[in-house]
Amino acid sequence: MTALPVALRDALAAEWTKARTLASTGWLLLAAVVLTVAVSTVVAAAVTCPAGNCAEDPAKISLTGIYLGEAVVAILAVLMIGGEYSTGMVRVTLTAMPRRTTVLAAKAVVLTSMVLAAGVIAVLASVLAGHLILAGHGIDPAHGYPSLSLGSGPVLRATIGSVLYLGLIALLSLGAATAVRDSATAIGIVLGLLYLFPIISTVLGGSLARQLQQIGPMTAGLAIQATTGLASLPIGPWAGLGVLAAWAAAALLAGGLLLRLRDA
Amino acid sequence: MTAPTFTTYRSAAPAGHDGFAQLLRAEWTKLRTVRGWVVGLIVAGLLTTGVGLLSHGECGSQAGPSAPVVTGGPACTNPLGPGGEAVTDSFYFVHQPLGVDGSITVRVASLTGSYSPAGVSAQDLKPGLQPWSKAGILIKASTTPGSAYAAMMVTGSHGVRMQWNYTNDVAGLGGAVSAASPRWLRLTRAGDVIRGYDSLDGTHWSAVGTATLTGLPSTVPAGLFAASPDYAAVTSQSLGGGSGSGGPSQATVAFDPVTLQGAWPAGRWTGTAVGGAVNGPYPVLGYRQSGGGLVVAGSGDIAPVPATGEGSVSNTLVGAFAGLIALVIVAAMFITAEYRRGLIRVTLIASPRRSRMLAAKAVVVGSAAFAVSLPAAFAALLIEEPLERSRGIFVYPVSALTEVRVVAGTAALLAVAAVLALALGAVLRRGAIAVTAVIAVIVLPYFFAVPLALLPAGAADWLLRVTPAAGFAIQQAYPAYPQVTASYTPGAGYYPLPPWAGFTVLCAWAAAALGLAMYLLRRRDA
Repeated sequence: MTALPVALRDALAAEWTKARTLASTGWLLLAAVVLTVAVSTVVAAAVTCPAGNCAEDPAKISLTGIYLGEAVVAILAVLMIGGEYSTGMVRVTLTAMPRRTTVLAAKAVVLTSMVLAAGVIAVLASVLAGHLILAGHGIDPAHGYPSLSLGSGPVLRATIGSVLYLGLIALLSLGAATAVRDSATAIGIVLGLLYLFPIISTVLGGSLARQLQQIGPMTAGLAIQATTGLASLPIGPWAGLGVLAAWAAAALLAGGLLLRLRDA
Repeated sequence: MTAPTFTTYRSAAPAGHDGFAQLLRAEWTKLRTVRGWVVGLIVAGLLTTGVGLLSHGECGSQAGPSAPVVTGGPACTNPLGPGGEAVTDSFYFVHQPLGVDGSITVRVASLTGSYSPAGVSAQDLKPGLQPWSKAGILIKASTTPGSAYAAMMVTGSHGVRMQWNYTNDVAGLGGAVSAASPRWLRLTRAGDVIRGYDSLDGTHWSAVGTATLTGLPSTVPAGLFAASPDYAAVTSQSLGGGSGSGGPSQATVAFDPVTLQGAWPAGRWTGTAVGGAVNGPYPVLGYRQSGGGLVVAGSGDIAPVPATGEGSVSNTLVGAFAGLIALVIVAAMFITAEYRRGLIRVTLIASPRRSRMLAAKAVVVGSAAFAVSLPAAFAALLIEEPLERSRGIFVYPVSALTEVRVVAGTAALLAVAAVLALALGAVLRRGAIAVTAVIAVIVLPYFFAVPLALLPAGAADWLLRVTPAAGFAIQQAYPAYPQVTASYTPGAGYYPLPPWAGFTVLCAWAAAALGLAMYLLRRRDA
């Protein structure tokens, strides 16, 4: 066995131990799931379409909770590294595992696994709730809306894509927190990147709105949830998720480089 | 035997003071000597000024096919009304000169219309009136768009109205006009004073309103008019999709009889398409004699223009959202960093009265946020408005007083948000959680209510009434006019609460959070 896999395996074990023994990790994962499902359910229950020809997208409505759940995922991701900087633990970590890139990679793997696991639960529960609630409101195939079953291609893509979306948000947040070394600043930057693009594009409007929605990590990334009106989207579903992946990669790259170059 | 004398040591340094002024100075020193926080404050100012500069539309350009309908291309030009507001003044006017004293009385027996739902071809026309299709009698300073006027009118679905000088609107008799249920309208002129009356039978009259048109010339055009604003439909407005469709509309009205009394020297009607002829799908816009009366067909509107999109003040100040996040980070860390470093213990030993310490922090961080945001918001207007004009965009005028309220209000909004962040930081003691909490209570309600727009309108409005996001109402620069159909959404700069009421809601949240923080600070160990 070569040295690197052992180092990586040990790093993974260390990061997993740190993550699972923190009380906050479990609570934040639970909060992410609960908030996602709760908001999805409330919005699905609030959407009504008396006339029966609204331009609503059932998959998108059922997954509205992602808009809030991602904020909790971002906190979890930021605290993965930000928490170590605030307590000074990072020095112990880097003394024990001097390969800094390995440490970051291990953190990314552990974090992504946890978020994807929680994401699967949150997204499946949201789709199920939407399926049950929206049918009661007349937003179902019988009224000309696309089916909300996982057997349909677009819905399956929206479901899997939403889980991947949460994973990429976690990586983006981890990268940002590694770069700025402070939880509060990092969470502010990440939430700003997520929510400011849609707000500013709505207020400014015009042709600029479309461009902002194409480059915003959330506006582009959540194009993956669309199952109707694909032609009028600012960006295609997978291309949009690609934009978010580029943001996450850039953040991780910047974080990784700064981690290697700077003193902890 | 003499008793030994003990002298207690006293420092030669003068005794320190622990007044509020010393606390303020201590907190101000902390704030200005942390480089990251100063950078954060500067970034907040730059974002507040800079984000609005991103807009680069040109007048007359249309929004993208999937852009929300509230963002139709910016206007190139608009006439201004007597009050200085932007107005639409485009209608068909059948008039003759009226002297200083006189009156016009008409019976309106029918009001019908048609509209073009999506295009401009005559085949697409559908019959039907718009809610604010209007026709009736009008006395106007001149036929120049934007000039002063007073009118009595019947409308599509808002009954009889008296309107004058674009922004004034008074309701008269209700119900729709038909041959079975006609309406009688009368306008009288006595110098600058115009009075409007309505009646169901032509004998029993009731006064609707009195308009004083200061400086009305002695001879003015007066007569009959018809106008009908564009039909507009919003199909969807949610994030990433949404479209609006619309088209011109037309109203035709029959007056019979038309009775003139007083100084009408010409005795002959002239037809004028005020504000230029409206083209589009309508072959017949104008008037014809019919029996003892006249039939008039017109399109357009006589009304104030709702300010939306580029050229409006709220658009220019959109950077406040970004500045807010930077300020929230600094303000929350202003207290949470003390907990992280243990500095809070030194602070509380030096100043054991804990609530006073928090009050000093609130004053310092609130003032710093205000001091950074005020010039930033002012600079945004100062830089952006000339840039918009240079691109040919019409900049919606606001009064100086409103401009001061919006600019100072934006700075105050950011200052209070900073105090809220400080208070939540003291309650939660962890920077990341506090920053998320503040963004969750200020930015997220706005996000869920406005760009996401999945919630029904009523629920979205309540989010902007009861959450701290209500504070953004202080940025509303233009009134919403009930007599003009438009999408008065927060994204376009129109909020469900009046400006100061919304700001008060934010202040109440900040005060409550500060109270809770002071209570917990006294109760808990540091």
